[in-house]
Amino acid sequence: MRARGKFSFMLYAPLENGEKEPRRARMKKYLHVINIGLQNNLQYRFNYLTRTLFSFIPLFAMLSLWRTIYRDNGQTGAHNGYTEAQMIFYYLMVAIVDVMTAVNEDDWQIAADIREGNISQFLLKPVDYLWYRLSLFFSGRLAFISMAAIPLAIFIFCFRQYFIPPPDAFTFGIFLVSLVFTALLQFFISFAMAMLAFWLLEITTFIFILFAFEYLASGHLFPLDVLPPLMKQILFCTPFPYQLYFSISIYMGKTSGAALWLGLVTQILWVIVAYIFARFMWRRGVKKYSAFGG
Amino acid sequence: MKQLTRYLSLYAALWKTSVTREMSFKGNFILWIVVELLWFGLQLCFVSVLYSQTKTIGTWTPWEYVLLIGASNFIQQLYQAFFLTNCTNLSELVRTGKMDFLLLLPVNTRFLVSLRVVDLGGFVNALFAVCVMVFAAGKLHLHPTVGQLTGFAALCGVGILLHYSLMFILATVCFWTVRAQGIVWGYYQLFNIARMPDEAFRGAFKAVFTFALPVLLVSNVPVRVLADKITAPSAWLLLLGIGAVWAVISEMFWRYSVRRYTSASS
Repeated sequence: MRARGKFSFMLYAPLENGEKEPRRARMKKYLHVINIGLQNNLQYRFNYLTRTLFSFIPLFAMLSLWRTIYRDNGQTGAHNGYTEAQMIFYYLMVAIVDVMTAVNEDDWQIAADIREGNISQFLLKPVDYLWYRLSLFFSGRLAFISMAAIPLAIFIFCFRQYFIPPPDAFTFGIFLVSLVFTALLQFFISFAMAMLAFWLLEITTFIFILFAFEYLASGHLFPLDVLPPLMKQILFCTPFPYQLYFSISIYMGKTSGAALWLGLVTQILWVIVAYIFARFMWRRGVKKYSAFGG
Repeated sequence: MKQLTRYLSLYAALWKTSVTREMSFKGNFILWIVVELLWFGLQLCFVSVLYSQTKTIGTWTPWEYVLLIGASNFIQQLYQAFFLTNCTNLSELVRTGKMDFLLLLPVNTRFLVSLRVVDLGGFVNALFAVCVMVFAAGKLHLHPTVGQLTGFAALCGVGILLHYSLMFILATVCFWTVRAQGIVWGYYQLFNIARMPDEAFRGAFKAVFTFALPVLLVSNVPVRVLADKITAPSAWLLLLGIGAVWAVISEMFWRYSVRRYTSASS
């Protein structure tokens, strides 16, 4: 499947030494990758569909659990600031943001590329591996959204009584912006993690360990507001909340005013840090790679 | 009897190869245990968060919920130790044509396919689950009788076999679709429900996951037996009954599928 993507680059003649590639050609190259990635990913549409449908079962279970809690105790919402509708809607938002921004197989594929030596070609061609993977990540998300959108919309429609519109159009705009940074942050962290494959044969365990922390600290399992304030503050010193929770809190109006701008700047800073770290890991890895590869 | 000893010695040989395999990647073996422990800890974290919002869920108190999480983890880990890898590998056996070879061996093929690999990490993690259960039982001041403990163990066994029957049916679908790993991993999602208290659910959802795919019974019923929460004997009779039905269906489906197996390689 990836073989096709590989050969498509043969269309581009390698550049002479020192020749600067025009910006437009550079863009075009990666647009081409996105296009091919989209076609490849759509082959797996049935897989995406079943995955989405199966994921509704635990989601529905989670919603039932919270509904039971809210039904049995009148005071539940009083000290965490979430009404029953907000709590239910939070989990629906987790599902939506997840479909749009989560890395699902990219890290595995990158690790496999390194292990199997597929990256050698990128060292020779005028294609940057990080941008190449980012393009594929983007097309993977597009394909996933196109398959998951309809079942997800039906699912949310069934829970429409809990649906909460964003406070205003401006907030919604900021939410969309932060969504882009959320996706970038997810991607760069996963990319950096996958670079471990330069040093280790098997990195699945490390990916799962990171995922466990992300799952808890990004607000996947529950909104971070239910934690004691100190815990929440500690978590906000890590990049994890900016991988999911932050975007949702903007949409739900939980983060507004100065906190919103501060949060957005912090998120952008984390994206930059993660990007630099990913680049750093790649450079170190390639050095190591060439050391034994040739 | 002779058959039984033969199969036991076969299984011992399979164990030996599994141990050898695991021990050649010691670091990885330990890391997987760490991964599972982290996720176990995550669930316990979630319980503490839930109970910071409420005192009980239905009639389930915090430590009863911890007991439930422990039991469901215990069942899941033992299931993983014996069956999971084998179920996910079945489609690979079909795809690569290795299935031909297994069918030719003078042993029951289902035995071989289901128990070929043992995942030893599962036993270590099951032990941690037992520790958590003992701790929770202490907090609940439970003094289970021998009868309760035997009942608990037996029902856990039924639960493991039930998971196995269901997942094996899904894995067998690969005789038609070749790639069934997605479906098998989809079933894995159902483990998420198995560790939630049954009283959190109602309506059609509860009916489906109690009577059709009884994952809601698998760990709830044993824990209820252990914690004196059993309301009627119908609960464990139900688990036994449905377990038996699924086991029979699973075996029939397997025989039907093998009959129409055409090798992938030739």
